[in-house]
Amino acid sequence: MKKVFTRPNSLKRTPFHYCAGCGHSIIHRLMCEVIDEMGLQDKTVGIPPAGCSVFAYYYFDVDMAEAAHGRGAAVATGLKRASPETIVFTYQGDGDLAAIGTAETIHAANRGERITVIYVNNAVYAMTGGQMAPTTLLEQQTTTTPYGRDMRLEGFPLKMSEMLALLDGAVYIERTAVNSPAGIRRTKKAIRKAFQTQIDDLGFSMVEILSPCPVNWKMTPLESWQWIDKEMTRVFPLGVVKDTAGKSNAD
Amino acid sequence: MYGNHAIGEAAIRAGCQCYFGYPITPQNELTEYMATHLGRRKGCCFIQAESETAAISMVYGASLAGARVMTSSSSPGMSLKQEGISYLAGNELPAVIVDVCRGGPALGSIVAGQSDYFQATRGGGHGDYRTIVLAPSSVQELADLTHLAFDLADKYLSPVVVLADGMLGQMMEPLEFKHEAPEVLPVRDNALRGARGRPSRIVRTCNSNTNEIEELNWSLYRRYQLIKKEETSYETFLTDDAELVVVAFGIAARIAKGAIKTARTEGLKVGMLRPVTLWPFPSAKLAELSNKVKNFLVVELNMGQMLEDVQLALGDKAEVSFYGRPGGVIPTPSEVARVIARLYYQKGLK
Repeated sequence: MKKVFTRPNSLKRTPFHYCAGCGHSIIHRLMCEVIDEMGLQDKTVGIPPAGCSVFAYYYFDVDMAEAAHGRGAAVATGLKRASPETIVFTYQGDGDLAAIGTAETIHAANRGERITVIYVNNAVYAMTGGQMAPTTLLEQQTTTTPYGRDMRLEGFPLKMSEMLALLDGAVYIERTAVNSPAGIRRTKKAIRKAFQTQIDDLGFSMVEILSPCPVNWKMTPLESWQWIDKEMTRVFPLGVVKDTAGKSNAD
Repeated sequence: MYGNHAIGEAAIRAGCQCYFGYPITPQNELTEYMATHLGRRKGCCFIQAESETAAISMVYGASLAGARVMTSSSSPGMSLKQEGISYLAGNELPAVIVDVCRGGPALGSIVAGQSDYFQATRGGGHGDYRTIVLAPSSVQELADLTHLAFDLADKYLSPVVVLADGMLGQMMEPLEFKHEAPEVLPVRDNALRGARGRPSRIVRTCNSNTNEIEELNWSLYRRYQLIKKEETSYETFLTDDAELVVVAFGIAARIAKGAIKTARTEGLKVGMLRPVTLWPFPSAKLAELSNKVKNFLVVELNMGQMLEDVQLALGDKAEVSFYGRPGGVIPTPSEVARVIARLYYQKGLK
């Protein structure tokens, strides 16, 4: 019988520890599929963040190293500069990339570091129990915005992709979501394009992925998928934010 | 050669492949030297990072990739680097960190200080770790100890701190380099560059299994015991007949040496113990000296930090006095000579 669906080689057999309905396991799998299809398994180093995906190295069957909270882009920079032939990615959440690691991310992008950033935006600090993230929507309740995020007190949701798109060193930035089969397929294409941008030595590439967190959003998985469409994408619109790769787009 | 340049040249001759820095006085000439002389070398890289925090994280990344790597800073910047130094120590990665120390606390002064002895010798960052700390006392030693720092870092898979100060960094002295720069160093065995021909590897400390982290701490502890046994280093000066021994490191030792020479011309039997490694600290040598010498004077450019290590080493076997000038003030040899003479007579040593 012909095998039509199987576990990617780059994905270890370890069962995911993620909550039901979480997007991390989908994104991990997509990345491993891309790493397999592009033949990158034995030349890739991944830098997971502090956050729910801190244990990503138990799932990816590629070289992985921990980084301090927010420092992923700087660690990846050091690694890539010391070993330019290695394919280097960071896997970062919104707290990691858009709060404590904003400076590292902006400057890595501005230098046009040949690294690929997978930025998972779920609008909360999930591992620490659902506190406000820079990406938390206005009026959204979290454990540290119990009355809803107030623009006059907590400011506005931070749009990292649009900010980074202003930088000449950033070559390819796309925002996708993993809340539908179509979105999942689109996300995989974007991840592939981001790695290709690095392989082609063009500059900084990032895919921002809107990802459900039903537990901290206090929703069912289905409700969380719907919330991404109804609420999140209004603030964080999907699509290619920047592409100066000069080659075929992710399609 | 200029002190800060000597550190840079020694690093290049030790095979340093990557340097990540951030401007801060009084070490800027070192960063500039690396930009000029390392940045365009084949297989090497230089980045002026966006912060000290980013610079030390880049050091961590390059060390992961198996490169010989260095960063440098001065006191306030060293505070920011402590996060990354803890990660280097915990993940058993070699790196050389040069601290051209100035007077603190806070923004402090931009000239020489020794106020970061505690920070350097107690680990500095979070977690139960140590860094080897080398304390040069001349431009020649800036070069020699920088070279040694790279070898020790690789030997013990540990970050090594070279604790210099603003005066050493800014002064000019003749020196001799004992090594030529190597062409290209081989990549370290455990480098993380992709799992070609081997299973994939994980470099991490984070684990939900606390037993594993306890074992890591024991493993580090055993290594630190070995370092104490193998690498403790010091210089003695006129201690054979000494009635009073001055304990000082770095530029303070240089000043004290001048003072001791003056004291000797006046017939005072004064000697010096100069720790070259601040961690591991030469406690055993101090204890040995205390069999004969009962009076010690600690001289530092702070309010008494190494003093505590001296007191720990000597216990109640000898009397320990202290003279310190904090905040970036540098005493003259004649000033220290007066302190020595006064103490000598107060203790009835004549």
